[in-house]
Amino acid sequence: MDQFTLNLLFVGASFALYIGIAIWARAGSTSEFYAAGRGVHPVTNGMATAADWMSAASFISMAGLIAFTGYDNSSFLMGWTGGYVLLALLLAPYLRKFGKFTVSEFIGDRFYSPTARLVAVICLIVASTTYVIGQMTGVGVAFGRFLEVSNTTGLLIGACVVFAYAVFGGMKGVTYTQVAQYCVLICAYTIPAVFISLQLTGTPLPPLGLFGEHAASGEPLLAKLDQVVTDLGFASYTEHHADTVNMVLFTLSLMIGTAGLPHVIMRFFTVPRVADARWSAGWTLVFIALLYLTAPAVGAMARLNITDLMWPNGTDGEAVSVEQIDSDPAYAWMGTWQKTGLFGYEDKNGDGKIQYYNDKNEAMAAKAAENGWEGNELTNFNRDILVLANPEIANLPGWVIGLVAAGGLAAALSTAAGLLLAISSAVSHDLIKGAINPNISEKGELLSARIAMAVAIAVATYLGLNPPGFAAQTVALAFGLAAASIFPALMMGIFTKVNNVGAVAGMLTGLLVTLVYIFLHKGWFFIPGTNSFTDADPLLFTIKSTSFGAIGAMLNFAVAFMVSKATAPLPTEIQDLVESVRIPKGAGTAVEGH
Amino acid sequence: MADKSSTNAYWEANLGIIKVCLVIWALVSFGFGILLRPLLSGIQVGGSDLGFWFAQQGSILVFLALIFFYAWRMNKLDKEYGVEE
Repeated sequence: MDQFTLNLLFVGASFALYIGIAIWARAGSTSEFYAAGRGVHPVTNGMATAADWMSAASFISMAGLIAFTGYDNSSFLMGWTGGYVLLALLLAPYLRKFGKFTVSEFIGDRFYSPTARLVAVICLIVASTTYVIGQMTGVGVAFGRFLEVSNTTGLLIGACVVFAYAVFGGMKGVTYTQVAQYCVLICAYTIPAVFISLQLTGTPLPPLGLFGEHAASGEPLLAKLDQVVTDLGFASYTEHHADTVNMVLFTLSLMIGTAGLPHVIMRFFTVPRVADARWSAGWTLVFIALLYLTAPAVGAMARLNITDLMWPNGTDGEAVSVEQIDSDPAYAWMGTWQKTGLFGYEDKNGDGKIQYYNDKNEAMAAKAAENGWEGNELTNFNRDILVLANPEIANLPGWVIGLVAAGGLAAALSTAAGLLLAISSAVSHDLIKGAINPNISEKGELLSARIAMAVAIAVATYLGLNPPGFAAQTVALAFGLAAASIFPALMMGIFTKVNNVGAVAGMLTGLLVTLVYIFLHKGWFFIPGTNSFTDADPLLFTIKSTSFGAIGAMLNFAVAFMVSKATAPLPTEIQDLVESVRIPKGAGTAVEGH
Repeated sequence: MADKSSTNAYWEANLGIIKVCLVIWALVSFGFGILLRPLLSGIQVGGSDLGFWFAQQGSILVFLALIFFYAWRMNKLDKEYGVEE
C-alpha cells in the first residue's frame, strides 16, 4: 500500500471515530450540552480541555521553532504550561463559584455594566480571530502534505473542511469526542518520538533521551548537537542568544494569555464543584505536559537527523549528492514536501552536492570560498513542516506517518472549529442580540452566527495565505491580545475593588495599545507590506510585537487602578458578589444566564 | 455563610498560599530558566546545564507539582474554615 492511501486510511478512520462518538453522545439542547460537563470527572475533563487547548501551534509548529532556534524558544514551553498555574491559582475556582457560563457574563456582572461586557466580547473576538489565522496556517501545511498538493490548495481545501466541521457544530462540545481526539493526538506525537529516541539514544523515553547519550558517538546528545550545528556556522543549540528582556516578556505574555483565553476558562465553569475546578486544572496540565515534555526532544533530535542526512559523511566530509537524494528512499520525503512549496533545495554551485550551512556566518564564508560553495543550498525549510515530516526524516514505518497526519489534522481542526464557534456565538449572541438588536428572532440569530463564521473563516484563510508568522508565532500574537485585555479584567474582578469605569478603561487601553503595536510591526490587519517597523528593529527598545502582550497587561492594570481611584467606589451588592466568589461554600450548579 | 472575621482569615490564608506558589512559579521559569541561568551554568545536566533543563523540562514539572499542591492545600483549608461545599 502506498503512503498516500495509508495516510488517507488513518485520517479517514480517525474522523469516523470522532463522528461516531459525537452521534452516540449527542447533546440534545443547549442546557444538556452544558449539563453534560457537570457529570464529567476532573480527569476526563482535563483530557478534553487538553485536546481543546492543544492546537496546530503546539502540535505542528512548536517543535520546529525549537529545533531551528534551540534554547531561545524555550519560552513556548514555559509560557504555554506556566499559564495553567495562574489559571488554577487565580481564576478557575472563583469563576466556578460565580456559576455562569461565559467570560463576558462574568465581566458584565462583576463590573455591573453592559459596556464592560461588550468590550470583553470585542476583546474575545479580536484574540480568537488572530488565533484562527495561526490555525489556518497549520491546516494548510497539514492538508498540503496529506493530499500532496501545494500549500495554497491545501489551505483552501482545509478551510472548507473546517467550515463544514464547525457548522456540523455541537460535536465539538461533546467531551468524549475530545477525549478521542486527545488520544489520537498524543499517540501521534509520542510514538514517532519514542522510535526516534530509541534510534538515537537507546532510551525509549524522549525526555530522558534528550539529556541522554548519543548512541552513535557516545557523547551526550545535546553536546553532539551543539557541535554539529556550530560546525555548520549556526548558533549553538543550548546557549542563550536571545535578548533577555524580550525572552522574559514573551514568556510572560504566553503565560498570562493562556489564563485569559475564553475557550479554556469556560471548561472550568462546568465542573461539579469548586474543589474539582482546582483538580481539573492540574489534570489538564498533566495531559498537556505529556506533549510539552516530548516536544523539546522532538525538536533537538529532528535537527540532528536533518544535519546527518545533509552531511552523511560528517560535517567535515562530503555533503549529500543530488543523485543520492533522488534515488535513496531515506530522502524520499524531500520530494513529497517539495510539492507543498514549503521545502526546497538548489545546487547553486553545480557540483552535484547540496551543502547545508549558515551562509550569513562570516567564519563560514572563508570555508565556503575555499570549497567553492556559493551559499546555503537547502534553500527552503519551513519550520511548520518539521513535526509532520519528522517520521519520514527518521525513516519510520508508513503507519507512523499516517498516524502523525491524523494527529496533526485532529489538533488543527478541533481548535479551529472550536474558535469559530466561539466567534460566531460572540457575534450573534453577545454582540447582535445583547447590544445591537435585542429583538432579533431565533432564526435571525442563527443566520447571523453562520454569517459571522463564514466571514471569520474567509478572513482567516485570506490572511493564512500570507501569514504574519509561522503558526505558533501567529498564535502567540493572539495570546498577547488575550493577555493584555481579558486576564487583567478577570483577576481584578476577583482580587481587587476596581470598579466598572476602571475595568472598561483598562481593557480598552490594553487591547488597543497591544493591537496597534502588533499592527505597526506585522502590518495593519495583518496585511503584508503595511507595517512601519519589523520585529528585528522594533519601535520600543528591543520589544518585539510577540512580547508586547505583557506590557499591554501592565498598562491595563495601571489604567484600571488609576481610573477606579478617581471614580465612585463599588456598590454594596457588588462588594458582596466579590466576597461570595472568594468562598467555595454555597456554589450551586452553573446556570445559564440571559 | 461563615462570619466575617473567619471569612477574612480564610481569604488571608489563601492569599498567603498563592504568594508562596507564585514565587516558586516565577523562580523556576523566569529565574532558573532564564535570568539566573548563568549562575547555574556550573551544574551539568546531560550535555547542557541546569538552567537549560529548567527551561525545557524542569519548570513544567514544578508547575504540575504547584497546581496539585495548591488544590490539595486549599481543599484542606476549606475544611479547616468550614467553607467547603
